[in-house]
Amino acid sequence: MFSGFTLFPAQASTIAPEVDNLYLGVVAITAFFAIVVVVCVTYFAIKYRDDTGERVGAPITGSMPLELGWSLIPFFIAIGIFVWASVVFFHIVRAPDQTLEVYSTGKRWMWRFQHIDGQREINELHIPIGRPVRVVFTSEDVLHDLFIPAFRVKADAVPGRYSAIWFQATQVGEYHLFCAEYCGTRHSGMIGTVYAMEPADYQAWLAGGGTTATGSLLEQGETLFTQLACVTCHLGDGTGRGPSLGGVYGSKVALDNGSVITADESYLRESILTSQAKTVKGYEHIMPTFQGLVNEDGVAALIEYIKSMQAAPNQVATTH
Amino acid sequence: MDTTAVVESPVNFLNHRHTVASWLLTKDHKRIGILYFVFVSFAFMLGGIFAALIRMELTTPAGDLLSADVYNRMFTMHGITMIFFVLIPAVPAVLGNFVLPLMIGAKDVAFPRLNLLSWYIFVTGFFFTLAAMILGGVDTGWTFYTPYSTQGSESYVLITGIGIFITGFSSILTGLNFIVTVHRMRAPGMTWFRLPLFIWAIYATSLVQVLGTPVVAITIAMLAMERTLHLGIFDPRLGGDPVLFQHLFWFYSHPAVYIMILPAMGVISETIACFSRKNVFGYSFVAFSSLAIAVFGFLVWAHHLFVAGISPYSALIFSFLSFAVAIPSAVKTFNWTATLYKGAIWWKSPMIFSFGFLGLFLIGGLTGLFLASLGLDIHLTDTYFVVAHFHYIMVGGGIMGYFAGLHFWWPKATGRMYNDTAAKFAALLIFVGFNLTFGPQFILGYLGMPRRYHVYPPEFQVLNVLSSAGASILAVGYALPAFYFVASLFNGEKAGANPWKATGLEWTTQSPPLPDNFPETPVVTEGAYAYSKREMKVA
Repeated sequence: MFSGFTLFPAQASTIAPEVDNLYLGVVAITAFFAIVVVVCVTYFAIKYRDDTGERVGAPITGSMPLELGWSLIPFFIAIGIFVWASVVFFHIVRAPDQTLEVYSTGKRWMWRFQHIDGQREINELHIPIGRPVRVVFTSEDVLHDLFIPAFRVKADAVPGRYSAIWFQATQVGEYHLFCAEYCGTRHSGMIGTVYAMEPADYQAWLAGGGTTATGSLLEQGETLFTQLACVTCHLGDGTGRGPSLGGVYGSKVALDNGSVITADESYLRESILTSQAKTVKGYEHIMPTFQGLVNEDGVAALIEYIKSMQAAPNQVATTH
Repeated sequence: MDTTAVVESPVNFLNHRHTVASWLLTKDHKRIGILYFVFVSFAFMLGGIFAALIRMELTTPAGDLLSADVYNRMFTMHGITMIFFVLIPAVPAVLGNFVLPLMIGAKDVAFPRLNLLSWYIFVTGFFFTLAAMILGGVDTGWTFYTPYSTQGSESYVLITGIGIFITGFSSILTGLNFIVTVHRMRAPGMTWFRLPLFIWAIYATSLVQVLGTPVVAITIAMLAMERTLHLGIFDPRLGGDPVLFQHLFWFYSHPAVYIMILPAMGVISETIACFSRKNVFGYSFVAFSSLAIAVFGFLVWAHHLFVAGISPYSALIFSFLSFAVAIPSAVKTFNWTATLYKGAIWWKSPMIFSFGFLGLFLIGGLTGLFLASLGLDIHLTDTYFVVAHFHYIMVGGGIMGYFAGLHFWWPKATGRMYNDTAAKFAALLIFVGFNLTFGPQFILGYLGMPRRYHVYPPEFQVLNVLSSAGASILAVGYALPAFYFVASLFNGEKAGANPWKATGLEWTTQSPPLPDNFPETPVVTEGAYAYSKREMKVA
């Protein structure tokens, strides 16, 4: 009846021990303060108990050294926790350079995953251990949140933009995957399983598993790039009506309003779906919006294809 | 302040007029406090019934008692009822209305008609919200996050929103009334640093109410327009930003947590001083920490958004400020503890509730540090850890403080003593029941159980059963006062003007007080907690 009862979650990613050490550290610090206060209150309450109501307490009004002490010491301890927790936080949010990318979309009430090789799965996510994996995701409707407790990672899925989590699994196993942001009726049914596999098993799964793949994600993107006529303006040599997309991913892009931004997945997604939002410096604002013409899976495929484009030697000037 | 000097008049604010109209058209702050008490008590019972259904459903991992839709409506209506109609008005509108003018030696608040209007606005808002619940309820969660609340939900979001919008004005006007009252109506000699610390806490709370509540009113108005007119403020398909709603919502709703806890802290300063028969240790530090909490409280809202896609650098700033706001709360706790030192501690029921407050608030405050820690919040946010944390603060702290205040001032308001032993037993039940209910939820949260889950994986069941068992003890503890309070009205012994032998102007007039509070305007010649001085005079 009470299957798998436990008091501590599985520790299955490289980040999990860092988070757990921080957790236990803060438990120790807060327990210390809790015990000091509880012992003092209990001891005073019993030692100075006087149920006559007739006597009064000692005429003590305060003490500046004590006030300074119990303001400043907790303050410095708080700063210590703040710094420690912030270091762990940046380890959680900053993905390493080389990651295996998986695209995902949350919609009421399921998670859809697309692998680079084209495999798709629903409410199941197969990943290899020992390799950093980055899940890039958005929502098709309301807010959701992709939460894998065993990996100690979580981020909201927000319609209209990409979020990402990354993790490197360390233990083979099956782990819960939850929607952690309330999304309506069957919110608690929006759960799934992460299968962390040995790399060889993962390769075998890629070869045979998943639902029917129609070519790799990159190939799907290449097809869409032609079908949607992106290719007519975004010429590889930079002479088209739109900027060349060679090497654009991860580069700094100068916009016509004078600002410079990094071309990440969110920027590419926005440029496809709401192209009027930002225009590259030196180009006319003529690109139509593709909202409604391409679904989230298609956008992910397009982005994966754009990422694969190499910069032409003469194109460095426009993208930097 | 010799208590024997009070001359009892047969006429008091309760018996000088009897008609229903004399209650519904009263401008007496004491009667208005009691009118609020009636509605807040009803809302507390209603919210408690919702909570009971939630805890019953969660005793098994399957969704076998309520349907998913009904469950979602239950936790939403539990949150809305408890926050907007219990926790926010409980201490300021019930206790604040009753004792604030008495404590500063005034005949009434600065604007008595406005005070009555505030109550009517509150009741109107409450009826709108109640109507939405009777029609079928609302299922957005009390946080109304977009785009679910604007597009997804098919429940009564608009009517509920209108109810909360209206209720907000009651909160704003009450805050305004109290601020002016504290500035303009203090008795001769009642300088700022002779004010009881409850007044400082209510004053700080009123500032938050006046400055924060308009923001939530505007936010709800925008939500309503988005839902009906599809304006595109929050809808990304129209160029809006769903996360903008969260910023606006929490800009009020985080400070709102301080509306719930600051006044309770004020009560605790009163009860600990009275039942330790001592000055509050570090009076000015306790007073200014209330203001510090009110100010810092406005600068931490985005700590609710660490996983919502805000920049990691702004997350750093909000994390730091969230640690900073913990310090004034810690200072208060240390000062209360130090007040007990060498006191003459009188174990009456208001003091037992205050001990309960200290224990629960301590746990609530310290677990807040976990959530302010960026690296931990990523894992803990939206889980039961958060549910446990804010219940410890807002219910453990807030309601324990409210109950301490109710037990402290009940004899003043009614002129009768309740059964003190029964009250101590209720305090014990609440403390034990509360820890059993919400303690296991910290563990559930770290295990990763998300909040607002109707069904859950079976490995979480043991802890959920413990939590539900605790909730049944808690329910008995919360219900018990209704019996001995009512009984006290019929057979409670007479309280006299000052049953706790307390300092403070409210204890210098008879119980129940005169319609105009004091026979003549009191003159204040000493600080708020001059117990030692008074004793020397007696001796």
